[in-house]
Amino acid sequence: MNKINAFPQALVDVPMHYCPGCTHGIIHRLIAEVIDEMKILKETIGVASVGCSCFNYDYFNFDMVATAHGRAPATATGVKRVHPDCLVFTYQGDGDLASIGTAEIVHTAVRGEKISVIFVNNGIYGMTGGQMAPTSLPEMKATTAPYGRKTESTGYPIKMTEMLALQEGCVYAERTKISSVASIAKTKKAIKKSFELQLAKKGFSIVEILSTCPTNWGLEPLESIKWMEKNLEGYYPIGVIKDAKEGE
Amino acid sequence: MMHKLLIAGSGGQGVMLIGKVLANAAMKEGKHVVYIPSYGSEMRGGTANCSVIISDEEIDAPVIDRPTCLIAMNSPSYDKFEHNVAPQGMVIINSSLVTRDSERQELFVAKVPANEMAKEMGDERIANMFLLGTLIAATKCVELKSVMDSLKEMLSVKRHNLLPANQRAIEEGMKYAK
Amino acid sequence: MTEKQLMKGSEAIAEAGIRNGCRYFFGYPITPQNEIPEYMAKYLPQVGGTFLQGESEIASISMVLGASAAGARVMTSSSSPGISLKQEGISYMAGAELPCVIVNMMRGGPGLGAIQGAQPDYWQATRGGGHGDYRLLVLAPATVQEAVDLTYEAFDLADKYRNPVMILGDGVLGQIMEPVELPEAKENKAEKPWAVSKNYNRDRNIISSSYPQVEVLEQVNIRLHKRYDEIKNNEVRWDSFLLEDAEYVLVAYGTAARLAKAAVRMARKKGIKAGLLRPISVWPFPQQPFTELISQVKFFLTVELSTGQMIDDVRLAVGKARQVHHFGRLGGVLPLPEEILIKLEELAKEVG
Repeated sequence: MNKINAFPQALVDVPMHYCPGCTHGIIHRLIAEVIDEMKILKETIGVASVGCSCFNYDYFNFDMVATAHGRAPATATGVKRVHPDCLVFTYQGDGDLASIGTAEIVHTAVRGEKISVIFVNNGIYGMTGGQMAPTSLPEMKATTAPYGRKTESTGYPIKMTEMLALQEGCVYAERTKISSVASIAKTKKAIKKSFELQLAKKGFSIVEILSTCPTNWGLEPLESIKWMEKNLEGYYPIGVIKDAKEGE
Repeated sequence: MMHKLLIAGSGGQGVMLIGKVLANAAMKEGKHVVYIPSYGSEMRGGTANCSVIISDEEIDAPVIDRPTCLIAMNSPSYDKFEHNVAPQGMVIINSSLVTRDSERQELFVAKVPANEMAKEMGDERIANMFLLGTLIAATKCVELKSVMDSLKEMLSVKRHNLLPANQRAIEEGMKYAK
Repeated sequence: MTEKQLMKGSEAIAEAGIRNGCRYFFGYPITPQNEIPEYMAKYLPQVGGTFLQGESEIASISMVLGASAAGARVMTSSSSPGISLKQEGISYMAGAELPCVIVNMMRGGPGLGAIQGAQPDYWQATRGGGHGDYRLLVLAPATVQEAVDLTYEAFDLADKYRNPVMILGDGVLGQIMEPVELPEAKENKAEKPWAVSKNYNRDRNIISSSYPQVEVLEQVNIRLHKRYDEIKNNEVRWDSFLLEDAEYVLVAYGTAARLAKAAVRMARKKGIKAGLLRPISVWPFPQQPFTELISQVKFFLTVELSTGQMIDDVRLAVGKARQVHHFGRLGGVLPLPEEILIKLEELAKEVG
């Protein structure tokens, strides 16, 4: 009989520290499943960033480097240049990638660095306690925006993936979400595509995953999913933003 | 003997080349040598200069306060550095561009019409080589042969056809040291 | 004996790195050290290496972190303002126990300051520099030849202690040309079983400076400081000049030491018994030679291209046993040996 639901080899079987209803665990598992399916466990190097996912090296069962806030794409560049045949990916939240690390992510895309970026966007800082992110929606409340995000003083949410997709070096950019079996399957497909493009040495790719933060949004897990689809997805439409060209 | 040489002019006159050729020649002779480029605001202010210290003994300070010999390739650098020259020091003037006399009677001054002579020889770019010639003859800091060996190394192979003209220019310049 | 070559300090440092197996360089332009990245950009590809100009110093040091974590011999260089930006990554590398070589060709500060050589970053270099309780091994060459020799060795030291090593130079050293003898070119054969890579035959490796449990982090700090003690025991270096009978000891490193040495020679010609103690490792600082000198010396005079930073370390070494004075010029102005001599003579007159 075929086992259809084994624990992925690419994950360590330990309890994760994430809050109930947080989707990091699902995304970790999707990455692990893709690595198992591609049989590249021993050739994968992940780069952890700073934020809720900063301890993901405790969960991923392969070589990992943890670096400073926002600098994961630069560190991954260093790793990839030394080991061009390894699969190298960063795992970054929206504070990390869209705020403090904007220079690093933009120039990594510009260079067409052959890495994959998993960008988890829930529109808020989780680990530090619910502060406003550059991806926070207008009027969304945060601990540093107690009256809601005011666009006249803090601007509008940043659309990083669209911006990165404009760069020649970026070969593939897709936004997905974690809300249902179907959307989870789509996310896994996108991660796999990104990894395959990297191993085919095509260039930089990014998968942005709309996610939830029940704790800091102050919502129940299921309500969070609904809120994400109604609000976050309204501003950040899911779908392929830039597809690999024909023959690539 | 410690030669403290200051070569000054404007960008494009080959100031740095004179310095590097001298430094390299001194090294070939087994002497102690330091080449000190000037950089920064001076690079954009009309004058370019470099210093070379050549000595039989170890060189401590990589800095020249009172050069024993100054090459002034244009008027601004002459005006700027004439007063720094060590007492009884030497000044080698590119008299094609510097017309005034020295304000210091005790200096040894050689006036070399380098641009005119270079033009006569058919290549104005080698004006710096006449002045280099005067300097090595006047100071005896390095031999002509080491200068030529050094120049050969510093010029790219495709420009080695210029070496005879450079040597002639250096030799002509040497006559002005008397 | 290999033939000597006339080389600019910055280029000689780059070549020394390549010759000891450095194959990765990440940096960002800043005067007065651009010849290092330019040299690397030209020559690293010729030996199968990688040069990459980062979008900033912060990105560059983060790339260095990645390449070092991946097991490579890697280097970066900058000058004062750029080194400030690199402090984030340097602290992370010290915490994650990653080797690398960092060159600081110091210039006048604070802020944007000026591009001429100065020594205003001694405190930053010798006290760790970034956040956290850590140290760098800091070597301060005075000549182009010494810059070559120390840079070459710095890669071995970084690997040996799994810690960043800093070459603390200044704009003068970076720009002057002197004859150098280059060391033998080697491939890097250092085994790094801790590095991330393809991992068919071992457990996974994790490179991180993050230790969320305070008891664990305390132990990490203790372990790191044991290693710093080892460095203190093994790697103290200094040079001396006419110290045997010296009554007045000048203390200076790098370019300032060359100026001070000239002043010592001038003093000796006048019959003044001066000598020079030149720290080569500024961290660890050579304390012991001071202890040995105290009985014969009337006072110490530090000569720095700053308002006086190394003087703190000299005072720590000397205690209250002798006066320690300071002389320096600032912002990129070089003191002439004559000026140093005048200061020395003034002070000598006072003590009689």
